[in-house]
Amino acid sequence: MHSLDTLDAASLRSDVPDFRPGDTLKVHVRVVEGNRSRVQVFQGVVIRRQGSGVRETFTVRKVSFGVGVERTFPVHTPAVDKIEVVMRGDVRRAKLYYLRELRGKKAKIREKRETRDAAAAN
Amino acid sequence: MAKQIKGVLGEKLGMTQVFDDQGRIVPVTVVQAGPCVVTQVRTPDVDGYSAVQLAYGAIDPRKVNKPEAGHFRKAGVPPRRYVIEVRTTDASEYTLGQEVTVEAFEAGQKIDVVGTSKGKGFAGVMKRHNFKGLSSSHGTERKHRSPGSIGACATPSRVFKGVRMAGRMGGVRTTTQNLTVHAIDTQANLLLVKGAIPGPAGGVVYVRTAAKGGAA
Repeated sequence: MHSLDTLDAASLRSDVPDFRPGDTLKVHVRVVEGNRSRVQVFQGVVIRRQGSGVRETFTVRKVSFGVGVERTFPVHTPAVDKIEVVMRGDVRRAKLYYLRELRGKKAKIREKRETRDAAAAN
Repeated sequence: MAKQIKGVLGEKLGMTQVFDDQGRIVPVTVVQAGPCVVTQVRTPDVDGYSAVQLAYGAIDPRKVNKPEAGHFRKAGVPPRRYVIEVRTTDASEYTLGQEVTVEAFEAGQKIDVVGTSKGKGFAGVMKRHNFKGLSSSHGTERKHRSPGSIGACATPSRVFKGVRMAGRMGGVRTTTQNLTVHAIDTQANLLLVKGAIPGPAGGVVYVRTAAKGGAA
């Protein structure tokens, strides 16, 4: 895949914020209805981030009216208007599939408290 | 043969994905196509048919044998590694030494891609001919991937010719038809073909106008 890096570079987005599994995101998705398009916000927890380069995707999970909804987006898709990080989560896993079995308060992720080192780095 | 065939030789670079104008993912194979050079124009008067001979790829001039070197000298071009003929009715519009690039194609066009498929070695019937194999249970012993019967018994007392069996698979000339050109990059001579094409990355492929779908 090495030789195609220059080609892939054209598809990559530079405005993607830094986010990890456990973070809560607001994903602004462009929705096309007929000939007009509008922006829809999908807010939830990132439970997975996989792949690399132009193929990288992430999955956002939210619970809507008691039903779990997961959407997977390519990180570099032009169909996403923008990504906002609402909260940094404190998790110990890279894949948060265990959230699917949890309901209510147990499915909540604690906010990451910035350590002194991280605060100094920022 | 009313159709005007365009062709170009190139090298498969590999697969990746791009986004189309609606934000959908399109799997594409990247082909470094051309630039090819016209080394001979076949005409009905001289050769009995009309075609264009294209050559592609760098080669060490010392490795070219004398008949081939003479052929390239006649066309007035440095020797190339690969030579192919494109049968087309508009062959007379080409001139010797003319360059043929990816600009012969346009985005959205249907093409056929010819290449040499990846060699799979000695393959069984399930992989080679998509046989179903035998049952995984019901008393089958050590024969789960075997072909089963290959014919009747005393009549005809032999196995018919052409019965599909295990053997060498892959490494043969393969054509994938009706692929779509997603985009072309004239600067880098790249052709982005939607879908997969035969052969390994680095393999030589021949891209030409699709044989089918011309009437519409």
